[in-house]
Amino acid sequence: MSGLDLVTMSEFSKPEVGTQLVKRGLAEMLKGGVIMDVINVEQAKIAEDAGAVAVMALERVPADIRAQGGVSRMSDPDMIDQIIDAVSIPVMAKARIGHFVEAQILESLGVDYIDESEVLSPADYVNHIDKWKFNVPFVCGATNLGEALRRITEGAAMIRSKGEAGTGDVSEAMKHIRTISGEIRALAAKSDDELYVAAKELQAPYQLVHEIARTGKLPVVMFVAGGVATPADAALMMQLDANGVFVGSGIFKSGDPVARAKAIVKATTFYNDPAVLAEVSRGLGEAMVGINVSDLPAPHRLAERGW
Amino acid sequence: MTNPVGVLSLQGDFREHLQVFERLGIPAIAVKRRAELDSVSGLVLPGGESTTIGKLARIFDLFNPIVDAIQGGLPVFGTCAGLIMLADQITDGIVGQETFGGLDVVVQRNAFGNQLDSFEVDLPFQGIAEHVHAAFIRAPLITEVGPAASVVASLEDGRVVGVVQGNRLGISFHPEVTGEDRIHRYFYDALVCA
Repeated sequence: MSGLDLVTMSEFSKPEVGTQLVKRGLAEMLKGGVIMDVINVEQAKIAEDAGAVAVMALERVPADIRAQGGVSRMSDPDMIDQIIDAVSIPVMAKARIGHFVEAQILESLGVDYIDESEVLSPADYVNHIDKWKFNVPFVCGATNLGEALRRITEGAAMIRSKGEAGTGDVSEAMKHIRTISGEIRALAAKSDDELYVAAKELQAPYQLVHEIARTGKLPVVMFVAGGVATPADAALMMQLDANGVFVGSGIFKSGDPVARAKAIVKATTFYNDPAVLAEVSRGLGEAMVGINVSDLPAPHRLAERGW
Repeated sequence: MTNPVGVLSLQGDFREHLQVFERLGIPAIAVKRRAELDSVSGLVLPGGESTTIGKLARIFDLFNPIVDAIQGGLPVFGTCAGLIMLADQITDGIVGQETFGGLDVVVQRNAFGNQLDSFEVDLPFQGIAEHVHAAFIRAPLITEVGPAASVVASLEDGRVVGVVQGNRLGISFHPEVTGEDRIHRYFYDALVCA
């Protein structure tokens, strides 16, 4: 009889935290929902009360970052703590691209998700954060499939389109989600022997490219972000197979944030029902003023940060 | 031929639940509207954000019909946020948070802490298996079990994570994301078709 047979097997295994499954799993639970940028406790409570599935705690919404300029960094831990204490839904916070110490700080604060975000000034123009080293999950922006796959390879547990944050112009988010979906469809049509070159062209690992070609979808949840300002914008993205939406400046830079927040939540659930969308689009007051992306000089475009 | 099972599809991982039923060969439909609710033989309340699901149910006139259906005997199965929605009483909810009720339990939201405390574990599930792979994601706990409900799953330290009460089943974890299809099978065979 070997020693192993003598060990009493417990019915329970040892609990494991920080696994890929629980990181990706939280994003699964957010699907069909709206994640709202908030800059203080009052806004966080409005977001929760409107039915947001999570809040993104940050000091300045992208529209203000854009207007004020300068280097934009992780938010003050005091402000993040206050928001964590104020709401029961998940709290996300942003770290600069490549700034793994900001990410360590956010993890120690107990945020539920870290957004390694191009909305802040990048800290590293070569490397992104090695996200496998963390127990907290990360969401990262992408403009195309290769970028999404590189982020997943680095450990991202959720992807969002970048869009062009702080503009209220949905055209870039549209471009990014159409690009990603189109590239996935193109992969799915390829034979196995064509996927080696596809992996080279996407600059992504072959195994991951192969998995996506055969399943026809990303292995993580994909939300849309950047420029969503109306219920119709949110529904548009959902009809294009986004799993949910981030709304940054679009809510709290509008005329009536409470009504608009509720309307966007409803539109994200009933994205396929024009009668509901018409109803929730009524009487919302002014949308955020907005900037046409085509009027933005290229160096001021946030989506071009990250690679 | 019985009616299909419904999965409440306002927000959360309802697609994963529908996929489990598809793998099991059990007809299932998404429920977003009253007419869909009226056509199902059982209802799954998925994982997601309970605050969001409750508000959307209220806004789109599904809240009271679901309460009435549960009280009228519709078999129900809630996972995570779905368990919260089935609890007669909750703690650590937001101000004014409502539940459908149906399970004679007190459920604590986010009972383990934040996402860093989310975990996977194998645990025994009464009447199903000695090892069920369970994912607890910002999960709730059943902190009090009333006389009408019976415990079917616990953690090693005894904290309760699953109860059954007649044809109502509520669990803290997510079999729909771990490929653990046996609990859905049990729900259908033992509670819906009983």
